[in-house]
Amino acid sequence: MSTDTEGLALDDTVVTGMGVVAPTGLGRDEHWTNTLRGASAIGPVTRFEAGRYPSRLAGEVPGFDPAAHLTSRLLPQTDHMTRMALVASDWALTDAEADPAQLPEYGMGVVTAVSAGGFEFGHRELQNLWGKGPEHVSAYQSFAWFYAVNTGQISIRHGLRGPGAALVTEQAGGLDALGQARRQLRRGQPMVLAGAVDGSPCPWGWAAQLSTGRMSEEPDPVRAYLPFDAEAGGYVPGEGGALFVLETEEAARARGARRRYGRMAGYAATFDPPQGSGRPANLERAARAALDDARLGPEEIDVVFADAAGTSEEDAIEAEALRGLFGPHGVPVTAPKTMTGRLSAGGSALDVATALLALREGIVPPTINVSRPRPEHTLDLVTAPRRIPLATALVLARGQGGFNSALVLTGPC
Amino acid sequence: MKSPNNRRVVITGIGIVAPGAIGVKPFWDLLVAGRTATRTISTFDPAPFRSRIAAECDFDPSAEGLTPREIRRMDRAAQFAVVAAREGIEDSGIDRETLDGSRVGVVIGSAVGCTTSLENEYAVVSDSGSRWLVDHTYGVPHLFDYFVPSSIAAEVAHDRIAAEGPVSLVSTGCTSGLDAVGRAADLIAEGAADVMVAGATEAPISPITVACFDAIKATSPDNDRPAEASRPFDRTRRGFVLGEGAAVFVLEEHDAARRRGAEVYAEISGFATRCNAFHMTGLRTDGREMAEAIRVALADARTEPSAIDYVNAHGSGTRQNDRHETAAFKRSLGEHARRTPVSSIKSMIGHSLGAVGSLEIAACALAIRHDVVPPTANLREPDPECDLDYVPLEARPWPVANVLTVGSGFGGFQSAMVLSEPDARGRSAA
Repeated sequence: MSTDTEGLALDDTVVTGMGVVAPTGLGRDEHWTNTLRGASAIGPVTRFEAGRYPSRLAGEVPGFDPAAHLTSRLLPQTDHMTRMALVASDWALTDAEADPAQLPEYGMGVVTAVSAGGFEFGHRELQNLWGKGPEHVSAYQSFAWFYAVNTGQISIRHGLRGPGAALVTEQAGGLDALGQARRQLRRGQPMVLAGAVDGSPCPWGWAAQLSTGRMSEEPDPVRAYLPFDAEAGGYVPGEGGALFVLETEEAARARGARRRYGRMAGYAATFDPPQGSGRPANLERAARAALDDARLGPEEIDVVFADAAGTSEEDAIEAEALRGLFGPHGVPVTAPKTMTGRLSAGGSALDVATALLALREGIVPPTINVSRPRPEHTLDLVTAPRRIPLATALVLARGQGGFNSALVLTGPC
Repeated sequence: MKSPNNRRVVITGIGIVAPGAIGVKPFWDLLVAGRTATRTISTFDPAPFRSRIAAECDFDPSAEGLTPREIRRMDRAAQFAVVAAREGIEDSGIDRETLDGSRVGVVIGSAVGCTTSLENEYAVVSDSGSRWLVDHTYGVPHLFDYFVPSSIAAEVAHDRIAAEGPVSLVSTGCTSGLDAVGRAADLIAEGAADVMVAGATEAPISPITVACFDAIKATSPDNDRPAEASRPFDRTRRGFVLGEGAAVFVLEEHDAARRRGAEVYAEISGFATRCNAFHMTGLRTDGREMAEAIRVALADARTEPSAIDYVNAHGSGTRQNDRHETAAFKRSLGEHARRTPVSSIKSMIGHSLGAVGSLEIAACALAIRHDVVPPTANLREPDPECDLDYVPLEARPWPVANVLTVGSGFGGFQSAMVLSEPDARGRSAA
């Protein structure tokens, strides 16, 4: 564990803690071990009977027992997604050895991103309303499903009274939450808890995802989600994500924080023009702006964590953006989300956690199952763990509708 | 706003879809007249519900210029947002041809997104709630856009303004409308964008939303007198009246707006938000966190409490809110809280959840422009616990240079924004 803070400026944004709840593992270490092993967590849906639907695979978080972590008072008022988020928030604070009670009264903020809110909870209450009548709707429905629920519940659980925010930009949300957190630090907050834990699989949400036509209908978990592959046929959804403790280096030093996972060196977001406009997509521009923000050139980036949409059209756009920035085969590119599926807003947050661990350990985790990467993509796709010197990482994310976000991390020393 | 670059942010265009008023001028006329737009719910049969009243918009999407395809694709909340954005862009006089799209962004606030369409579609795929394993083959092709409400921001971005900079949806319950504009102003202040189309929208008048507020008795059961049901700060108040609508602004960097000769409504001179970390729906009586948000917003604006000429209250009309808020004003503004007029336009347009914060920003910008404070309608029996000057019943001609507007939301969010007459920041008009 590095305690080296040399080279960090006082106003740098540093990551001092993380809480991971992912299909690949409960907690940081389990996630990292399984990710390095290339262990797929994609399997048949168990949270509901999916047999009647054309897509029947998901990346579910195995062995998550909410009652082991949360009081019986909290359980009836929380969706599955919120329960996972609350546990991740506990772990992030513990990991950072941060005690919010020791901070100034309004010293810690919360920023989360979600995509569809506590949808399973909402589905159940819609069934109660339409099937039984208004008097059967839960007294918790007014907040348990809505998009701000994770931010509100995390704030209450830990007594965090700084600025609160909740963002929705579909899969890009995990990065945008960290961008907003850095903004709060720059406005004078010493510390922010931020990230995304998402995914609330239920039949009603499944129907919504099926409407995109982008969900994979391949029944074999090994072949279902193959970004950048000649046989790419859509995505597999999943659940989980990661939350982080972000603080200024100044605040981290002042409280004697021992650990820096790394520095959030750059961030930017762009939006795509409408399809059919003839104008190019803006993923590359988001990445360039994030690099500029980090004052790094493309040649200084050691690894890219790709968005990895899993459809041939979107994969081609990302490959073109990477070629434009780095040249053909110009940088190692990986997509560990091939092990988890796409976790809505949680996916890009989990990528940030994985990228920080990769920087710490000097190993690029693999993209699994992709056996026939399209040669025209000209990507240096990392399909087995690769041990190389890693000082910087670029994380890319795209949200359906045109959202592009990019985040640059630098390693602990 | 506080930023490393000292870039100031101004409002140069406003667009409104409100109960009883589509468009900026009808909206201001309604507020100044003290007219209420609350009535019996007309869009579905409210008979099974405890609260059967709402402030509805008489909104004909086709008359507002939306095409049949747009109408079918977009939820009512997205329709409101797009129509309000079009008016705001037009009002700003900005020349879209000369804009660099990469420097233009969008932030839209909404608490419950596309909930009305989600509920309508749910009824279809579940066969009116009869099956848990819904039949997805009955879903509409754009169901996903209802599922993830960032689609609303995407619709606005792809519409008239052609934004290719930062685009997002902010969802912090009933402070969304303040927080979305606050975030957009931050993006300009820090240099991430030069022009932002920002505001908030909500179309929550659907059975599930009515039922969920029924379940906690947050909404008013005064079904037999809907026009007087929203009574903020009144001793007899019985809860809020659900509303709907949208307000969308064009925000620009101050110097650029001046250079192009834009007519500036107001500067967004300060903003802050805090969490109460107390309860998802409950409020502490002392107003502590809202007071802190106000204190920080005033500091951000470098404005003393005594320079505030008007306070636009959250004033939802629930028992706890109006007490909480009154305490927060006293705590943050001190003696000046008793000298400055305070009013709640929710008395007229109801409480449109995530949208209302932006509708209130619009009211503040118009109060600055017209030097008139809108009234609190229906306030006939003052609550002894709410003992400030709430401008009962009638609008008041009043010099307004600096305005404070606040919001309070489920989840514990407390937000405050200071708006100032162009180039009069920190100096009271009085």
